[in-house]
This record gives sequence, C-alpha cells and structure tokens, in this order.
Amino acid sequence: MNIIVPIKQVPDLVEELEIDSSGKDLDRSSLKMKLSEFDDHALEEALILKDEGGATVTAIAIDGEDVDKMLFTAAAKGADKIIKITGLENPSAHQAAQAMANVIKGMPHDLVMTGVQAVDDRDGQIAVLLAHYLGIPHVSVVTSVKVEGGGVTVSKEYGAGLLAEFEAKLPLVVGVQAARQSPRYVPVAKVRQVMKSATLDEVAAGETNANVGSTVNRFFKPESGAGAEMIEGSAEEQAAKVIQLIKDKGIVK
Amino acid sequence: MSNQIFVIAEHIQGKFDDITFELLGKGKEIASQLGGELVVVLAGHNVKALASQLGAASKVICVESPQLENFSPEAYVKTVNAVVAANKPKLVMTGYTSIGMELSPGISVANNMPLLSFVSELSANGGSIIAVSQLYGGKMNVESQLDGDTLVVSVLGGMFKADAGKVDGSPTVEDFAAPDFSNLSVTFKKLIQPEGGDVDITTQDILVSVGRGIQSDENIPLANDLAAKLGGAVSCSRPLVDSKWMPKTRQVGKSGLKVKPKLYLALGISGAPEHIEGMKDAGLIIAVNSDPKAPIFDYAHYGVVGDVLDIIPALTSKL
Repeated sequence: MNIIVPIKQVPDLVEELEIDSSGKDLDRSSLKMKLSEFDDHALEEALILKDEGGATVTAIAIDGEDVDKMLFTAAAKGADKIIKITGLENPSAHQAAQAMANVIKGMPHDLVMTGVQAVDDRDGQIAVLLAHYLGIPHVSVVTSVKVEGGGVTVSKEYGAGLLAEFEAKLPLVVGVQAARQSPRYVPVAKVRQVMKSATLDEVAAGETNANVGSTVNRFFKPESGAGAEMIEGSAEEQAAKVIQLIKDKGIVK
Repeated sequence: MSNQIFVIAEHIQGKFDDITFELLGKGKEIASQLGGELVVVLAGHNVKALASQLGAASKVICVESPQLENFSPEAYVKTVNAVVAANKPKLVMTGYTSIGMELSPGISVANNMPLLSFVSELSANGGSIIAVSQLYGGKMNVESQLDGDTLVVSVLGGMFKADAGKVDGSPTVEDFAAPDFSNLSVTFKKLIQPEGGDVDITTQDILVSVGRGIQSDENIPLANDLAAKLGGAVSCSRPLVDSKWMPKTRQVGKSGLKVKPKLYLALGISGAPEHIEGMKDAGLIIAVNSDPKAPIFDYAHYGVVGDVLDIIPALTSKL
C-alpha cells in the first residue's frame, strides 16, 4: 500500500493578519506559518493505516518558507519518504493540485490523502481538484479510512453528525476532515535528529497551465467588533458585568 | 456559453438541504441582474416530485437513476459534469457543503471554468460577476473579479436567506439521461445516524460553548462547572471534537448542530465561518476571546476581551 500525503503550510491565525501595500495579498513578511491542521489529520490517518497494516507513506509539499522543516517533521512522525516540489511560488489551489498530480503520476499511489480544506483556498480545495488532475475518484469530508480486501471503506460526514459509508476501489483520493485520533506529537529533538538522517527529495513542478480565471480585486478585513458592545475592566469586573447582564435579561435568576 | 445560472440541488433522505434554497434566492437575484435563466440540476432516484419546491427557478433539469438514489461522489460528479457540459451555463452555484465540495472542483476542471470557494457575497456588475470569499477562518475577506465569462462558486451556508428561495411552483421539468454508470469504483453502502444518548444541545436554553482558547482538555471541567451553575449545557467548536476532547454530539457548526439557545456564551471561540453558521441565530450571544479582532465579536451582542481561563472561574464564582 502506497499512501501519498500532500501537505502545506498556512498562516497561523493566532497571529494578526496584515494586508500588504498592493491591497491584494497578505503581508507575507509578518506571517507565522504552520502545517494546515487538516493536512495534519490526513497525515495522522495515513500513519494509523501504516501502523495497522503496513504502508509506505510519502509526504509531499510545494516549496516555500519553512517547508523543509514541515517535511522533516512529517518524517519524524513516521513518513517513509519526503518530497519537495520546486518551481512554484504561492500557487493557486488549481496550480498546486496540478503540480501535485504531475509528481504523483510518476509514483506508485494507492491512496492520496490530504486535508479537506485549507484556510487560504480561494479557488477551491486541493483534495478534489487533485483527484480530477489525476483522473481518479475521490471521497472528501472523510473521518475514517479502513483498508478492507483490495479496497477501502471510508466514512464521509454530513451535517448534524450524519455519516455515509462508502466502499472504494484503489486508487482513491481522500479529503480528510479528521483522523480517527488526534494528530501525534513529535518532540523537536527528534525532528532535529531526522533532519540529519532523512533525505529530502526535490522534484520539479512540471507544467501548470490551470485556468484560475479570476483576479483578486482587494483584501479587506471584516469590520471587527462591529456587532458587539464591549465589556471592559479586569477579569473580575468583566465577569460581574456579564452576570448582571444575563440576570437583567431574565435568562438566569 | 448560455445565459443560464445553474444551482446544483442537494438533498439527503428526500429532503432538500437549506443551502439549495439559499442558492436559489441569490441565484434569482443574479439571474435578473444578468437577464439570465435560473435552472436547477436535480439528480437522484424518483426525485421529480421534489421539483414543485423549486419554484424560484424557471427550469429543473432532472437526472434519475437507481444509482443516484443516495449521494455518491463519483456517480454525482459524472452526472453533474455531463449536464454542465451539455448546457454551458454562465454561472454554476454549489454549496460549500459536504456534497457541494465533491462537485465544484470537477465542474471547474472538466469544463475549464474558474472556481471560487468560501463565497459569502456574490453580485453581478455589468456582465461580470464579483465574489467575496471569507478566507483565513473568517479573518480576511477577498474580493475576486472574473477574467472571463463563466464561473463556478462554492458558497458558504447561512450567508443568503433561504426564505428568498423557498417558492412553490411548477418549473418546467426537463429530463436528462443519466450517464454510463458501469465500472464505478466508489459505492455507497449506508447512512449512519448520529448516536444519541448524550445531552441534546439543540433544545438547551443556555449553552456554554468552548473553543480552542480552553487550551487543554484538562480545562473542560471549568466549563462544566459554569454550565451547571447556569442550568445549561456545554457545547463546543469543531477543533475540540477533532482533538477528541468533546463528543461529536456537542459540536456547534456547519458540520455539527445548529443551535438557537436564549444565551450562547462563546468562550475562546474565534468564530470561523464553520462555527458561525451553527449559532448566529442565538438570542443573546456573549463572546470571550483574547484576540480583540476575533471574528466572533462581529456576531456577538456583547464581547469580553480576556483569557477564558480567568473569566470562566470568575463567572462561576458569581453565581
């Protein structure tokens, strides 16, 4: 079983986002990047499958800031191979998916597992786009993948906790919403150790002529706090005001 | 290219998802601005009778097959792509939903149409279409302009009013032959209903809802204590369920439950679109977050900037 896990970095939303001077992008100099949480879950589910029945897990990513460290971290968690795709800068989702497909086509692949979405997907989600560039079927919004017989059984999530179960032949692209367990943690010391021993392969992106077909007019922030009346003071004072408020409204006595 | 505006209908167990009506309401507006025709693509098995609920549209293109009885990504992608390829609509509207997310990328790639995702606003400007995407967890809006004439949009739920699209009527129903379904590699097996037994958060008057700001599952008892004092229940945002800190039955949001309590305390919840969709209609929303710019404050009636680990015990001690 060969499992390919495309992963990417996204801005850490704990930090303040700023708009650059063009008004059409984030100010990337001030961004702190981190592994997209859904890709972290995709990697986890792939590593669970490896633990359960054996698989070769390959993490791949488009080159960018701190991408080497992200890939070495994936290796430290248990990925067998790590590959960096070079020659693209801040690609759209369509371009990234196409570059991923170019590279994956040349590798044995039974399952391709990636995050269901990322916070910066302006032109669509990579998981299903990638399936179309690869020309293989997909199931997205998945919360469990189990290998059975020659294929897999996957659970797809609808709203309100309703699930649908599908059987699929391989190869298949899976958009992972959440792994069966919380993504594993790896200590920094182990990542450092892996950086010395693991090999990071580099592959060129190949042709990416995808039609993005739209242009960004502007970035703008939602009007912050526009709706809420803010309650000031120390934590104790704020808490007292909140309790008074809900008592005044008759919600609690 | 035709001047048609397509809405891809979504239904599970014989019932339309609200997103279908939300898309229809907005689609009707866009169709009148562009002088186009609003058309619904309705795929399923024995679904023709449902067309009477789609009176906002002038036409329903109906594809029926036993293999479309339950949603299955591969069969539905083939179906929708065939209908789009045959009609060449100007705009295809899908939901940013579990079903819509399987369909929009295929329409884009197979028909060489641009795709915009996380869409929260849509308008026609002259002959062209402008869309706003809510990116970065709702922290940044990005306005995009079409380069060409055609577009696929993946629209967030709860952004447009469903009532505007809920019109009974008798649109023209046009049959479209189902494509070849031999050699499908993805097969629907069954629906699994949500497990019951836990607290039903949709019937609670008071919800103490916790998010990532709670930092560790060890802090969840703080929320339990507060909920007990208030006579309410604890609910949560998606990341806490994905981390297995809270059960799925307590999740508020697009992929969880929609709630409408009298009081919704959002504690350490930033307010990603996924979450907002599930709670924005609550009677009184009070949000506590350490980030004064958190999107949750746009939807809350009252806001408290602070650390939930300080505020929660302070609230509990005052009851």
